Amino acid sequence: MNIAVCVKQIPDPATPYELDAENHWVIRPNDQVLDDTDRVGVEVGLQLAEATEGTVTLFSMSPSGSLQGIRQALAMGADKAVLIDDESLKGSDALTTARILSAAVKREGYDLVITGTESTDGFTGVVPQMMSEILDVPCLSFARNVEAGDGTVTIERQTTTGYETVTSALPAVLAVTAGAEEPRYPTFKGIMQAKSKPVDTTTAAELGVDPVSSQTITAVDPVAARAAGDVVEDDGEAYLKIVELLEQVKVI
Amino acid sequence: MAIWVFAEQIDGAPSAGSLEIISKAASMGAVSVFYIGSGSSEAFAALGAHGATTVHHLDTGDVLPSAPASAALASILHDTDTSLVLFGMGNTDRDVAGRLAARLGQPVVANALDVTLEGSVTSEINGGSLALTTRVTTDGPAIIVTRPKAFAAVDSGGATPEIVNVSMPDSGRSGNATITERHVEASDGPDLEAAPVVISGGRGLGSAEGFAMMDELAGLLSGAVGGTRAVVDAGWVPYSYQVGQTGKTVKPSVYIACGISGAMQHVVGMKGSQTIIAINKDPDAPIFGIADLGVVGDVHKVVPQLIEALKAR
Ligand SMILES: Cc1cc2nc3c(=O)[nH]c(=O)nc-3n(C[C@H](O)[C@H](O)[C@H](O)COP(=O)(O)OP(=O)(O)OC[C@H]3O[C@@H](n4cnc5c(N)ncnc54)[C@H](O)[C@@H]3O)c2cc1C
Ligand SMILES: Nc1ncnc2c1ncn2[C@@H]1O[C@H](COP(=O)(O)O)[C@@H](O)[C@H]1O
Repeated sequence: MNIAVCVKQIPDPATPYELDAENHWVIRPNDQVLDDTDRVGVEVGLQLAEATEGTVTLFSMSPSGSLQGIRQALAMGADKAVLIDDESLKGSDALTTARILSAAVKREGYDLVITGTESTDGFTGVVPQMMSEILDVPCLSFARNVEAGDGTVTIERQTTTGYETVTSALPAVLAVTAGAEEPRYPTFKGIMQAKSKPVDTTTAAELGVDPVSSQTITAVDPVAARAAGDVVEDDGEAYLKIVELLEQVKVI
Repeated sequence: MAIWVFAEQIDGAPSAGSLEIISKAASMGAVSVFYIGSGSSEAFAALGAHGATTVHHLDTGDVLPSAPASAALASILHDTDTSLVLFGMGNTDRDVAGRLAARLGQPVVANALDVTLEGSVTSEINGGSLALTTRVTTDGPAIIVTRPKAFAAVDSGGATPEIVNVSMPDSGRSGNATITERHVEASDGPDLEAAPVVISGGRGLGSAEGFAMMDELAGLLSGAVGGTRAVVDAGWVPYSYQVGQTGKTVKPSVYIACGISGAMQHVVGMKGSQTIIAINKDPDAPIFGIADLGVVGDVHKVVPQLIEALKAR
């Protein structure tokens, strides 16, 4: 099976992201990391590829920078990567992102496209659905327990009240939840091999996509923080403070 | 100009989120609802009571709803002059919003906390420390995904709406996905999103067994039990327990966070609680930054003591 996995390189989430003053776009440092959410997509892709003697190709739209995030995904075992690095795509919204990724995936060919449910820095959570519409395939979202074979894929789709089992024909887009699989750690061998795996770079023009701006950020304002209250060290009797507060707010 | 709201049927009734958005939409203008599910007169009455004047109803049966629902909604919108199409954060909401946007060539603005008729949207980033105002600059309907509990559901006593039955469109290859089984995870006790007290557990509970004391504490306070994504991913509790960015938003009178670090994706789902109590052994845990009362201690000591004290009353 020919598996496309969309992965994002993002600024280290441990630090709050900075916005540029002019357009309020996220400032992207040279060293970006692989979005944790997308490690799960890579893991699911690798497992399906292993089961079907398939290949895993990564797709990512971002400034290349040091390629740190992409190498992290290659080190897990993906075969190659296609990177869309284009100054004109700076500040792209979800729809442009989906158009670009869909065009790239289509050009390379695919049976299954895997994404995360929601990126850590963008968290619009609609890129996979948009891709499925553009590619005209089903979208298996909020997926865990993925099984594929014989031209079909079956998942458990999380719902508000539980989950449903969904079966779809291939090709399809699959958006996996963070808990779908435990991502593997790259081995030393994997890290060494990642350095020489092919990374192709392409542009919006080569993919025939015209980046359009469809939304602007008109204001950025600080939000008044919720004030912190008392913090007490437990001396064996701190539970009494909790009882006292519960009484005060009339819960007991 | 019309305002449309997407609503999904859950457990026989319109989702709680959809009633919140319909109420908000009704404060801005006339509201048409696109409703998916089996439908019933009670469900339609609830939509009307919250402000829907017209309901377009589509039953997608066992087909995964996103493809047929977005195809049907797109063709309805094609013939109307619409300023806003509002969605909640439910999983099907997001699926339909994304597909619809791509079909119409329109952007999606997500995580909205407020919205105007002109398509100006307020949202928050960096764990709620910065507010962004975003404006859709294209012509055509602005597709907006709103956060749960951003608006209050108001039963304004509206009449039963006009019902228009929508037939199942042919969504071609996109519609090739079928729901073969539905599983509802039974939960006893009050509904997490509506409960006046929420007891939430994080990875600091150490194991799935740690949730036994969460249940016990919740029982004593007539509360509901929630958790972080970490404990859901670990399989200690089902996804329906998850509070946060990708889970439920709760605004109870009292929220007790046990062994929870206070990551921003968790905090956005509970920072609207009236009183927050946190128990964490790490004095530097970010959760203490928003707690009204923070106890630096071991959950396995403090929680059992609290349970005994409440039992003794
Ligand atoms: C796109 C995206 C979406 C996300 N959505 C959500 C979401 O919806 N909800 C959500 O919760 N998270 C979400 N997350 C994950 C979030 O970033 C955190 O990883 C998660 O909330 C951490 O859960 P935790 O607090 O249980 O675990 P940890 O961060 O590991 O914290 C455990 C805490 O327990 C304390 N502890 C340990 N032992 C004890 C003890 N014996 N007694 C007392 N305290 C103890 C530790 O000091 C620590 O602070 C999301 C992440 C991303 C990237
Ligand atoms: N720039 C990008 N490059 C590659 N994949 C992306 C990009 N943006 C979003 N995705 C994919 O879409 C998923 C959802 O992202 P989002 O819609 O931004 O929340 C992510 O987990 C990725 O798999």
